[in-house]
Amino acid sequence: MAAAQVIRSEWTKIRSVASTVWTLSLAVVVTLALGMLISALSKNEFDKMSARDRTDFDPTFISFAGMSLGQLAMIVFGVLVVSNEYSTGMIRSSLAAVPQRGTFLFSKIAVATGLALVVGMATSFAAFFLGQAMLGEHRAHISDTGVLRAVLGGGLYMTLIAMFSMGVAVMLRSPMLSLGILMPFFFLISNILGNVDATKKVGRFLPDQAGSKIMQVVTPVDDDTPYGPWGGLGIMALWVLVVIAGGYALLKKRDA
Amino acid sequence: MIEAVGLTKRYGDKTAVYNLSFQVRPGAVTGFLGPNGSGKSTTMRMILGLDNPTSGTVTIGGHPYRKLPNAPRQVGALLDAKAVHGGRSARNHLLSLAQLSGIPARRVDEVLGVVGLQDVANKRSKGFSLGMGQRLGIAAALLGDPQVLLFDEPVNGLDPEGILWVRNLMKALAAEGRTVFVSSHLMSEMALTADHLIVIGRGQLLADMSVTEFISANSADFARVRTPDTEPQLREKLSSALTEAGGHVLPEQDGALRVTGLPLPRISDIAHEADVRLWELSPHQASLEEAYMRMTQGAVDYRSTADQKAGLQQPLPPGAQPPMPVPGQGQPGWYAPPPPQQGGQPFTAPQGAPYGGQPPAGPYGAPGAAPAGQPNPYAQPAAPAAPVAAPAAPAQPAAPPAQPAAAAPQAAPAAPAPLTDAEPKSEDAR
Repeated sequence: MAAAQVIRSEWTKIRSVASTVWTLSLAVVVTLALGMLISALSKNEFDKMSARDRTDFDPTFISFAGMSLGQLAMIVFGVLVVSNEYSTGMIRSSLAAVPQRGTFLFSKIAVATGLALVVGMATSFAAFFLGQAMLGEHRAHISDTGVLRAVLGGGLYMTLIAMFSMGVAVMLRSPMLSLGILMPFFFLISNILGNVDATKKVGRFLPDQAGSKIMQVVTPVDDDTPYGPWGGLGIMALWVLVVIAGGYALLKKRDA
Repeated sequence: MIEAVGLTKRYGDKTAVYNLSFQVRPGAVTGFLGPNGSGKSTTMRMILGLDNPTSGTVTIGGHPYRKLPNAPRQVGALLDAKAVHGGRSARNHLLSLAQLSGIPARRVDEVLGVVGLQDVANKRSKGFSLGMGQRLGIAAALLGDPQVLLFDEPVNGLDPEGILWVRNLMKALAAEGRTVFVSSHLMSEMALTADHLIVIGRGQLLADMSVTEFISANSADFARVRTPDTEPQLREKLSSALTEAGGHVLPEQDGALRVTGLPLPRISDIAHEADVRLWELSPHQASLEEAYMRMTQGAVDYRSTADQKAGLQQPLPPGAQPPMPVPGQGQPGWYAPPPPQQGGQPFTAPQGAPYGGQPPAGPYGAPGAAPAGQPNPYAQPAAPAAPVAAPAAPAQPAAPPAQPAAAAPQAAPAAPAPLTDAEPKSEDAR
């Protein structure tokens, strides 16, 4: 079966380059370290907070604070998995061996996504427990309402970010171009658009703004977001679907 | 069997391949020749279904590549030796390709042995030399033990031993009844390796014939005849006399005549009867390289111009002579460095340069003469370089150094034709 062969081959490819280990371990380390740091700071700040801030206090969400940076390493992972083929020219050998380009692309994305899911889930759970340990008496418990959903959602969020990057990289092919667009977008632009009042209504439908809703347990008092946690993740998944479909359409008709 | 019919590929308004039709048959090495940018690689990519032809079709065994059942077991290709992730070891690179095609992993070690890379199998390919990269690419092509093999410039970067190995490998693969399609821009290499030649230039078919045919069609013997330069009318006279006698006369750039279809003694007799004195009458054989260059000359995309070094040169000290350019450099008639027999002595350059490096054939057209006249370069101190250069210099029809670059393309007088023409016979034994 062609897909099984491609998946085995993609696994060999992904495990035999150093960038996989580097990007994924960076994603884990950054997410955990920053999450712990911000959790510890929040614990110290808690006593100085206003009453309103205290009602909005979301210990689960705080422990995921590191993801805003950790997701950048996930983006690099997703981009490199795809664009390595193009920057080395390996894509020609690959497509000559698998003329069914759809099989090739989806197997490649499946392998990288599987790996991202495992790492993302592990990171999410570790970030939660380590963050809660830092928060001390303000901590949340995994059995609290919505917390398990948020933690699982954190893992899914990391995975979808990686998939989104893969789709973009398939379309753009160049690693520099893909990273040059994705990094500032997710690190700055999307955050600005999603938080400035003027653009908020549109900005919150951006993939990361919508997707990160799943990691919230405590909804802020004056929150008027038109979608719930799973709705937000669904919006993000739609984005992923669109870029991957776009990438597939381009790969199918483009000269390799 | 690879079959292309009316294959055309356009990138925007640039036509890379135009209306190309050919067949590559099994059991023979087919050389695919053309200058840089002539569309060889594009054609190879279209054969492999990587690029879609603008029009026309190319099939392997009757199927377009993308519809070929179990393609990687039927077709193996080396497209680009550099197309390897540098951080991946040679074995893992081949393993991923083998798995992609459902080829068992032990085959990887077999092909690593075949190409002689077993000792560096676990090293990152980043550190590989170009030659090692070529071997790795050839290993990838051999993985599926395919019946059809495509190699794009397989000998680039290989050492002589490697070139010989590739040559024998191609022949062995063809002898096993496989279809072997090898691109190159080196005619000399193809003349030794290939059985059949497909020559393209600017994306169009220039020749499709067996190597034997190519040789007999293009490397016919000819005689070079030179009449006294001082009396041009003698040249005309002899020219018409020879044509009358059934010879074919082509004027050469330096004023000599190239005569085919008449034996040397007959030419001499005709000249005698016509009362024309001869300064030269010598037998020659056009080399395959020359035939190929003549064929593709109009189709070369990238041509060098003379390097004017404007603003970079120190004013010459009074009395010093400006250096003569290397004959033919930057001029359309100049093709390739001369074969080693023609003054390609590696150690003359430091003393005699730029004259000594390439003594053009003298007025007597004897290519062997100049090297023979030169003393042992090791024994020669730097100072007496001038005497060596002196006899050569006047014979150079090369343009003066002040010639503007723009004039070069039209200024056909160019190189002394003997540079490429006058290969001694031994060179053409093939």
